[in-house]
Amino acid sequence: MRRLSIALAAALLCGCAAYAPPQAWEKQYLARPEMQFDYDRLDAKNVQHVYVSKEGAGGGYGVGGGGCGCN
Amino acid sequence: MKRAAFLLAAALAFQAHALAPGEGAPPLALSTAGGERVSLESLRGKLVYVDFWASWCAPCKRSFPWMAEMQRRYGERGFVVVAVNVDKQRADAERFLKATPAAFTVVYDDSGRTPQAWQVKGMPSSYLVDPTGKVLLAESGFRDERKDEVEARIRAALPAR
Repeated sequence: MRRLSIALAAALLCGCAAYAPPQAWEKQYLARPEMQFDYDRLDAKNVQHVYVSKEGAGGGYGVGGGGCGCN
Repeated sequence: MKRAAFLLAAALAFQAHALAPGEGAPPLALSTAGGERVSLESLRGKLVYVDFWASWCAPCKRSFPWMAEMQRRYGERGFVVVAVNVDKQRADAERFLKATPAAFTVVYDDSGRTPQAWQVKGMPSSYLVDPTGKVLLAESGFRDERKDEVEARIRAALPAR
């Protein structure tokens, strides 16, 4: 029983090895707009900008630093 | 156990390896849309800029006018741009080329074998290959602030006028 379960676990884990991350030239579907986490790029940038300003932290996603909300 | 660890380390090292300047260029033999065969051997004696691009890659689109300009500026001094399309569907590439005309050589590889051999890590990836077939420069991505540097390298590798 124990041997069988080890063999089964090994077989299952071997399956994991078959999943390699996509290569740089294989990302045609991942590059699609509907595959992005954000609905709208400009909106996401705005949200990030406000978030960074409110947190009083510098930098973040290509927006200049500062915490005043004026940049 | 030791052997397994060695194999794992070797596999990781192999994966992390990227084509570096000074190495010999991997083989490249592909066809244009018109069926014309293009290979590095057939371009020996020329300074070749090999660029890997895809229709879904935004920086690739921005790189096209620059590559066309380089081809126009240095073509007669023996400089050739060879843009390797890696799209799985040829129609995607054709749509891209209709919107973004390419004034340089475009070849196609939908198998992924050529980018694999060239160890492409990002899109676009470009390699400057000298007339003897040695890699002079490996660029990942296309950034405006690198344009001048890459052009300077092209100019330096061309025979003096």
